[in-house]
Amino acid sequence: MSGLVIIDNGGGNVASVRYALARLGVTAVLSADPAIVRAASRVILPGVGAAGDAMRRLSAAGLDRLIPTLTQPVLGICLGMQLLFESSGEGDTRCLGILRGRAERFPERTGLPVPHMGWNRLEPTRGSPLLAGIAPGEYAYFVHSYALPPSEDSVALCDYGAPFTAIASRGNFHGAQCHPERSAATGARLLANFLALDA
Amino acid sequence: MRDGAVVKGVRFRDHAIVGGIEELALRYRDAGADELVFYDITASPDGRTVDRAWVERVARLLDIPFCVAGGIRSVADAEAVLGAGAEKVSVNSPALADPELIGRLSERFGAQCVVVGIDSQTVAGPDGPLYEVHQFTGDPAQSRATPRATLDWVREVQALGAGEIVLNCMASDGVRSGYDLVQLAAVRAACRVPLIASGGAGAPQHFLDVFRSAQVDGALAASVFHLGTIEIPDLKRYLRAAGIEVRP
Repeated sequence: MSGLVIIDNGGGNVASVRYALARLGVTAVLSADPAIVRAASRVILPGVGAAGDAMRRLSAAGLDRLIPTLTQPVLGICLGMQLLFESSGEGDTRCLGILRGRAERFPERTGLPVPHMGWNRLEPTRGSPLLAGIAPGEYAYFVHSYALPPSEDSVALCDYGAPFTAIASRGNFHGAQCHPERSAATGARLLANFLALDA
Repeated sequence: MRDGAVVKGVRFRDHAIVGGIEELALRYRDAGADELVFYDITASPDGRTVDRAWVERVARLLDIPFCVAGGIRSVADAEAVLGAGAEKVSVNSPALADPELIGRLSERFGAQCVVVGIDSQTVAGPDGPLYEVHQFTGDPAQSRATPRATLDWVREVQALGAGEIVLNCMASDGVRSGYDLVQLAAVRAACRVPLIASGGAGAPQHFLDVFRSAQVDGALAASVFHLGTIEIPDLKRYLRAAGIEVRP
């Protein structure tokens, strides 16, 4: 059993996720090798970029079939969270199908700038160990143009013209649309909560 | 940033050293800054790219987003900076020389990583102020006007894939007499991506004015924070009391 593995999916935020974990005293392994990912005690799927590209990279590494079978705690961040869902309107991409829902682009009609970029509030919808010590209304940092609607898998919502899923959980699979690695103390708490989940 | 130190000028000239990179990064993180932008002001005029070593050092320290600007001319340049832990890259002079750079960066990293910085100078026109884009503003000897009108460039960079625009109003930069509200409101009307106001902040009221009357998504300031004229926690309390939503 290796420790925490960050899936190296060619995304831009791999380094900042690794540094955020280092600030919590955890050294992460960066890998796209299915054998190493399978053996990890925890897995983080980061991701910045386009959904289609990211799914192609996962497929090329054989990770699209592996990830849904994982039983250890898995955390998808930003695009990595969206990939855990069924599909994305970004390039009409089929995703991993572990959580229920489809990411869609923020509609222009809200008049709000897209991407949604900046600090916004987390509003819990149900109890979750991921949210331990995080008060309703705490701010997290978001950067995204696509979002998941609220669903049974949501544990916290955020509002940007309309509510969307900010944090999601189903079984051992978790997702954060925000960037915990860049969300100051709130983000560090979220990561620490993920690290404290039973592996 | 110049030669490994943080510097600040007035109207893009006469830069003085204000501190070390990591020292200031930590100071602003602890004060509650929501994002930091590092401009390597000599990178483009010198024809060199940013030195990456400090990016990684800063990325290890910071738990807030930060953006790196200066001399990013290619996807490879941007990859190096983003791979070292920055959230965003900001392109300015190289995008003016090669507008397709914006599209290539956006395609590779996503629009949210691609900030376009625009240095805009106000000139008197027959029917009111006109705004023109300047290039190589980091070096007074090379700084020059381009044939581009600011509002045209704002529309063009969005069409090319910019995910954020930082508008540096040159006439008000470092002067601390307030943001250029007229210009920012004009740019806001043409800007569907996040717009950050830059240049002119001198008092808390200026921040309130720019959020209220130009509906910008963020306000960037340097002098007032570097000089300690405004403390970030005080500014945030002031804005919150005035009804502007800010992170505590």
